[in-house]
Amino acid sequence: MSNVPHELLYTKEHEWVRIDGNSAVVGITEHAQRELGDVVFVELPDVGKSFEVGEPFGTVESVKAVSEIYAPLSGEITEINNEVVDSPELVNEDPYGEGWLAKFSFTTAPSGLLSAAEYERYINDEANK
Amino acid sequence: MKQTPLNARHRALGARMVEFGGWDMPVQYAGIIAEHKATREGAGLFDISHMARFWVTGPDSERFIQLIDTFDISKTAIGQSDYGIMCYEDGGIVDDIFTYHLGPDEWMVVANAGNAEKDWAWLNQHTAGYDVVLTDRSQELAMIALQGPKAESLLAPLTDADVVNLAFHGITKATVEGAAGYISRTGYTGEDGFELFLPAGEIERIWDRLLEVGATPIGLGARDSLRFEPGLALYGHEIERDINPYEAKLGWVVKLDKGPFIGSEALHDIKANGPVRTLVGLEMTGRGIARQGYPVVALDGSELGVVTTGMPSPSLGKNLAYALVKAGSLKIGAEVDVLIREKPVRATVVKTPFYKARYKK
Repeated sequence: MSNVPHELLYTKEHEWVRIDGNSAVVGITEHAQRELGDVVFVELPDVGKSFEVGEPFGTVESVKAVSEIYAPLSGEITEINNEVVDSPELVNEDPYGEGWLAKFSFTTAPSGLLSAAEYERYINDEANK
Repeated sequence: MKQTPLNARHRALGARMVEFGGWDMPVQYAGIIAEHKATREGAGLFDISHMARFWVTGPDSERFIQLIDTFDISKTAIGQSDYGIMCYEDGGIVDDIFTYHLGPDEWMVVANAGNAEKDWAWLNQHTAGYDVVLTDRSQELAMIALQGPKAESLLAPLTDADVVNLAFHGITKATVEGAAGYISRTGYTGEDGFELFLPAGEIERIWDRLLEVGATPIGLGARDSLRFEPGLALYGHEIERDINPYEAKLGWVVKLDKGPFIGSEALHDIKANGPVRTLVGLEMTGRGIARQGYPVVALDGSELGVVTTGMPSPSLGKNLAYALVKAGSLKIGAEVDVLIREKPVRATVVKTPFYKARYKK
């Protein structure tokens, strides 16, 4: 069973979003890091870059796989987690905490994100396919 | 999707399953890095029942294998095996194989899972004029590998075969925990180790026993990183329909002096003219991981070739890659760029193999 904190929002691309006022912290879910395996490389954009919802903004790589991370909302990068760039294993060890990836600021409130219950249902459906 | 006789075991062990060559296979259990290290330091247990096991028997079996294999198996004694390649007439590669000499006029050919059907058709297509019988025993016999410095000491108490004195690439009839089959001192990890060919119906019991005595289950992810470091080729990467053995640095497997075989004329010309491309090792010095298909370019941006396999090497702690590049274009120490998502990332040409195999010879 995956750990899906109820206070976060999610995407079908397995990112989590923690919204606080006009900013949002983004990472990948516990389910995503498990599917990926040992994370060995994280590439994040420069602070100040803007992304549209659904646009790839970074890359997380395991020994075997390359996985793009998609912007869960439209906004500008205000901070990136340099710790995770130096120690990619943080994504595996603490995906919802020290393994966070980037902080976005937004002007239009994000829409279409999944609640924890919806995301949990989504990954269960995927597993049973 | 096809399942090996150990499918339920993989699921019970919590493996992450993936499709590979039409098979439902474990890509990892505990994690690729942990599994990789467990094999280099202890003993890794692999389900490789998805691979093909073809028997070649009959009075012309040796002559037939000489026809389809680039290697010279006339010196492969009973109880020995050798690496070989099946080529097309133009020198491109059908598959790489292992040929095991089991007895008088009895050979086993082990081939890649993803090529099994193609190989079976290829073999059957060339039997005209040869008194041989081909039998596909892939289903009835399971195949597992036990690899690593502790493989010998774990296996020895469980079998009647003298595995301690089994030669490198040797094969012997063996009973393992009461199940009768074969054990060979072969593998695909760059470590000492064994491959076991045992009845499918009994393999779960033997798998469980090997885990009980201390082997670690290893998925296809670490199987790939373990073969990559010592430079063992993988079909679909370093070798392919349109790559010939000389390009893949497998010229030593092509024995042109043994007499004609399928592809020998083309291979003779390729050798005489020198291959157009060659395989080189790359170490990433810039930040990034080279992956299969990424272009390799000179510092002025001109095309040199393409990455065949690339990954972070768990044993060496570096981002390494093999690339197929224009022959003669790169010397050890040369700098190139690998285009990673269109961005040039610097790499240095380094000596291969990256990891020196530790076989018991």
